[in-house]
Amino acid sequence: MSAKEEILGRIRSALSDAPVAEQTPREYRKSSEMSEEELIEMLVDRLVDYKAGVEVIESAQIPKFVAAKLKDANSVVYPHGLEQQWLSQLPKGITQIADAPGARLSVAQLDATSAVVTSSQVSIAESGTIILDGEPNQGRRAISLVPDHHLCIVPVSSIVQLLPEAMPRLTITRPLTWISGPSATSDIELERVEGVHGPRTLDVLLVRGL
Amino acid sequence: MRIALFATCIVDAMYPETAKSTVKILERLGHEVVFPKAQACCGQMHINSGYMSEALPVVENHINAFDTDDYDVAVAPSGSCVASVKHQHPRLAERLGKPELKERAVAVGKRTYELSQLLVDVLGITDAAQQLGSYFPDTITYHPSCHGMRSLQLGDRQLDLLKTVGGINVEILPEADQCCGFGGTFSIKNADVSSAMLEDKVKNICSTGASACAGGDASCLMHIGGGLSRTGAKPKTLHLADILASTMEETVTL
Amino acid sequence: MTQVFLGMPAPGHGNLFEEEPFPQAAHRELGNTQMRKNLRHATHTIRDKRLKVVGELPDWDDLRDSGSAIKNNAMANIEELLLQFEKNFTARGGIVHWARDASEANKIVTELVKATGSTEVVKVKSMATQEIGLNEHLETEGIEAFETDLAELIVQLGHDKPSHILVPAIHKNRTQVRDIFLKEMPGVDPTLTDEPAKLAEAARSHLRKKFLASKVAISGANFALADTGTLGVVESEGNGRMCLTLPETLITVMGIEKVLPQWEDLEVFMQLLPRSSTGERMNPYTSLWTGVTEDDGPQNVHIVLLDNGRTRALSDRFGRTALNCIRCSACMNVCPVYERTGGHAYGSTYPGPIGAILSPLMTGIEAEDNGSLPYASSLCGACYDACPVKINIPEILVHLRGEDVDAKRDTHKLPTQMDLLMKGGSWALGKGKNIGLLEKALPLGRLMAGKNKKIKKLPGIAAGWTQSRDVPAPPNKSFRDWWSDEKESK
Repeated sequence: MSAKEEILGRIRSALSDAPVAEQTPREYRKSSEMSEEELIEMLVDRLVDYKAGVEVIESAQIPKFVAAKLKDANSVVYPHGLEQQWLSQLPKGITQIADAPGARLSVAQLDATSAVVTSSQVSIAESGTIILDGEPNQGRRAISLVPDHHLCIVPVSSIVQLLPEAMPRLTITRPLTWISGPSATSDIELERVEGVHGPRTLDVLLVRGL
Repeated sequence: MRIALFATCIVDAMYPETAKSTVKILERLGHEVVFPKAQACCGQMHINSGYMSEALPVVENHINAFDTDDYDVAVAPSGSCVASVKHQHPRLAERLGKPELKERAVAVGKRTYELSQLLVDVLGITDAAQQLGSYFPDTITYHPSCHGMRSLQLGDRQLDLLKTVGGINVEILPEADQCCGFGGTFSIKNADVSSAMLEDKVKNICSTGASACAGGDASCLMHIGGGLSRTGAKPKTLHLADILASTMEETVTL
Repeated sequence: MTQVFLGMPAPGHGNLFEEEPFPQAAHRELGNTQMRKNLRHATHTIRDKRLKVVGELPDWDDLRDSGSAIKNNAMANIEELLLQFEKNFTARGGIVHWARDASEANKIVTELVKATGSTEVVKVKSMATQEIGLNEHLETEGIEAFETDLAELIVQLGHDKPSHILVPAIHKNRTQVRDIFLKEMPGVDPTLTDEPAKLAEAARSHLRKKFLASKVAISGANFALADTGTLGVVESEGNGRMCLTLPETLITVMGIEKVLPQWEDLEVFMQLLPRSSTGERMNPYTSLWTGVTEDDGPQNVHIVLLDNGRTRALSDRFGRTALNCIRCSACMNVCPVYERTGGHAYGSTYPGPIGAILSPLMTGIEAEDNGSLPYASSLCGACYDACPVKINIPEILVHLRGEDVDAKRDTHKLPTQMDLLMKGGSWALGKGKNIGLLEKALPLGRLMAGKNKKIKKLPGIAAGWTQSRDVPAPPNKSFRDWWSDEKESK
């Protein structure tokens, strides 16, 4: 008998009293009616609490703010589907590298890159969570992980208040990364400190009109 | 109303004054109190120690004593024993495969109230001084016992009643929601951990400067009182019922 | 016909046992004042944080009700869900393995690692691999496992044992962590201070090269979603993302009870888990992957579905809800017993209130003395209040005490003092007139108490009581007698 058959047999025998499946109550909040301004305010509050850098800007200001946030970088990687124009005001000295199908950066190359710019799929105001799902403007998981500085573009239209509101906007079978602030740990005396293995700096641009 | 008193074994044998206080309060409100003499104990000590077959006769005895039409509601000056009657009795009957007993246990449980539950929820007491004539001119603190607080969800019923006693000063107990470490046979099976918990409870009580620590469970109070007495600490313990029964004419002394 | 027995739930083994009776272990741990100070500080910090973020959600109890029902249903349909998960995970290029117990899981993982030719693996914190003793097993097979979670790293470098399921090094304070790093971390900056941020930075530089070079990673999983074949890991530091993203081979070891029916269920658990565990609105990183994704992350993806006593727990109809546990650790953080003894006193990988039920449920209460764990609680109920999936831990503790007493009934040649006390008590408290009879002896107790009106020393097992508490002098007359004399005679 294979391990699988045996485990399934054990399960059948363990449940021989046939416990009745109960109706699952789902009375928790599934929709909200916050205004755009309230959503922005709440998301900013949460991200700041996580010690992320946050700016609320107009879409036309993206190139200027990207340049300002990345002024100290030596090199910047971006997913091939990212709006190129967003990087148009980066100073000349900063190397820009696209991570594209057929032209992937190695882990060592990513490690040598100081920053990454990505877009995002959906953000949850109540928990301060930004979700990346591997769309061409968000890229492979490795690019938003290895560089030490992540600059993330969050279109205001992609902000919801509640997690249940975010679920329908995601394709679950894509590799998903949920990000709530820069990397952190509570492992010493259960006090949160920021900055471990993931990007130690998280900058977020909340963009109106996008 | 005709109210059956479930005295609980510990109050019956060790703290008869608390049962008398309970009777006094209810009679003062104009109710008739009866004492079903067949009662003995809720069986919690046996159940919580894992001696289920030994618990059965105790539980059956309780259900037999209280499964009568002779009263409207039953009351006990204990959160823990009432929680046992309401929750543990039906479960024990189910575990031992006794569906009829379970049904009777549920019925008895529904009619059984912890003292503050009865006073607040059924009898509408919101002001002990006004409605019960309660008077206790001293400083107390208050420990909410775990089973009343969590199993019965008593909330602030006991504390709110105490706060409305005439002449009283209630100091809030730091870390009040922490268990005193009694836990029935836990206190002897795991005596070291239990003592460590008690030590903190005693420290917190002493830090309030109160003359007494009040509570709704005689068993926890015996545990806390035993710790206070052993360390030579000043505060005494006093049951909620005794404070509520205390009046200007007949004031309870520590 | 041994066939008949092959399908019977078998007890789990591995790191699931108390190493000595709990009261004995507790006695020793209580003497460790530094550990007690560290634990008090850490548990009190997290309690306040948890209450604050839980209080923010107006629908917290609705979420708990949903979480509890989803888990109950998942356990009632677990066979179907596991098969569904297997089908979907496999369809997306993942490979599913089944392990009856700890040693089978260890063997499967070892073979998978050896097939890659690697002699090193990086690990994401995982309770399942802790439970089966994977690191120790890999070591005997010549494979070195590097723990990458900060607390696991502290434990591994300190040659210590985890004492908490979320924060395995909770018993160490910052200065002790610094000392371990200075002594054991190769290439550490000798001027390292005990600032948590500096300690985290030291861990970052120590592990950076490992992450970038590793070919094989081993993880656990917080959830498996049956309807999509998706796995999820919830973490903080980014070590999880490193392990789940950079290596070529990813091997996940997961208990079968982690399977959830549908992907929407995540919206419940991802609200319950972070707030209950680290007291955060959301943990910094959550990764979800469904089999293999071309061009993104590991291309060689495995999962080992582990029984190791879970079906044994499932077969206990009064205890099976313990399998609903999502490993948040809220129960231990609020437990007054855990706070004072720490996690090592429980022996098992799973300490605290949940461990005191889960360990004996998985091994069987009669197995190798897991019998003292269900008594390691005053039944105060703080754990049940805090549990995000509403596992009634006190009720299961009491149930297991019953199992323990019944198991020992048959083996005791002579009754213990407790047996005698309980039997006597059953008679005395089984009839109103019996207790009434005994109460006639109350004045005798009064005599014992003497003029101080306290009893300072009791014999036998009751000596545990008088170790730190006096017994008051009993009254002259019971309430029962007073009632007869005063109320009935009138």
